[in-house]
Amino acid sequence: MKLLTHNLLSSHVPGLRPGGGFPLRIEVREGKCEGRDPPETPPVPAPPSPLRGRGRLVEIPLLPFSLPPEPLPDYEANEEFLRRLHHVLLEVEVLEGSLQCPDSGRRFPISRGVPNMLLTEEEA
Amino acid sequence: MSLGGGRPSPTLCLCLSSRVVEIQSQMSERAVELLGLPEDRPCLLLDVGCGSGLSGDYISEEGHYWIGMDISPAMLDVAVEREVEGDLLLADVGHGIPFRPGMFDGCISISAVQWLCNADKKSHSPPKRLYRFFSTLYTALARGSRAVLQLYPENSEQLELITAQAMKAGFTGGMVVDYPNSAKAKKFFLCLFVGTSGTLPKGLGTECASEELQQAKFTNERTRFRNVKGKSVKKSRDWILEKKERRRRQGKEVRPDTKYTGRKRRPHF
Repeated sequence: MKLLTHNLLSSHVPGLRPGGGFPLRIEVREGKCEGRDPPETPPVPAPPSPLRGRGRLVEIPLLPFSLPPEPLPDYEANEEFLRRLHHVLLEVEVLEGSLQCPDSGRRFPISRGVPNMLLTEEEA
Repeated sequence: MSLGGGRPSPTLCLCLSSRVVEIQSQMSERAVELLGLPEDRPCLLLDVGCGSGLSGDYISEEGHYWIGMDISPAMLDVAVEREVEGDLLLADVGHGIPFRPGMFDGCISISAVQWLCNADKKSHSPPKRLYRFFSTLYTALARGSRAVLQLYPENSEQLELITAQAMKAGFTGGMVVDYPNSAKAKKFFLCLFVGTSGTLPKGLGTECASEELQQAKFTNERTRFRNVKGKSVKKSRDWILEKKERRRRQGKEVRPDTKYTGRKRRPHF
């Protein structure tokens, strides 16, 4: 699962408050990092830092390097920042781990990079 | 000899057949075309029922990003092994689309939505599952975007159920039928709009509008039985002209046809 997908996902357990179920907490057991200067160790989970870009709230819980907590005022022209954002969103992947709904605490396991968002009959 | 022993499962067979691959990519091509995406920027699409990611391959070729959802872990395993570009999600769309509002620029689905009409478990209610799917899909799509769902409806009631639930969820749009007169090439595309809608695209190989095909046309006119058989109604202008023609052929003296022929004499006061 790429971090871009995590940024779009929200929990769909019935009975959440409106706008609830976001952001899902990521727990990483195994990660993958492609592209330029891949770190030797898998990316380390860091506390979420909200980032407003293109009108969308970007939550980045896994960072191989630091991004500024707020977008720079001229971020669309700042190529270095955009490169880093692209790297984080599209080249960092979670292979094994889980996602946890912040409201209900329901865990969705991730295996082989595919999150399992299936609900049980009782939940649905 | 055991039946089915050592054979690949039906789903695996399905994705290995080259004919299926060809049809799948043709349908995804048409679905993406119907989405009417802007050409100058890459878009983020949702692929509902992505299976082994065949339709996603076409989206990646076009330079767009996609996220696929499927209920079958076996098909997703194939997709993972094929190393598809898009991200994958194991989920039942009948339980809702687990995405935040307004995240996608479009949604395609190839031969998947009709499965929501099946009640595989006792607790399944097809209208409810369809409504849950369409309402959460409506939320997940950006304003002004479209969803193009290719499907194989079993019958017209099923089609009606699906479209009714989509309209209930707030979508506008309708059904586009490609090649309606061909048994083999006929394809149903449910084109749904979020918010402001464009005009519904025309199906390929259709002369008449696709709407006419879906339902019988209502006319207030009474057609007489004789009319259907090819003969005109007695005392009508056509009947008179036919009779005069017949007489002319017999060599009888007949008055010429004018604009007054067969006209009613209105009562005089």
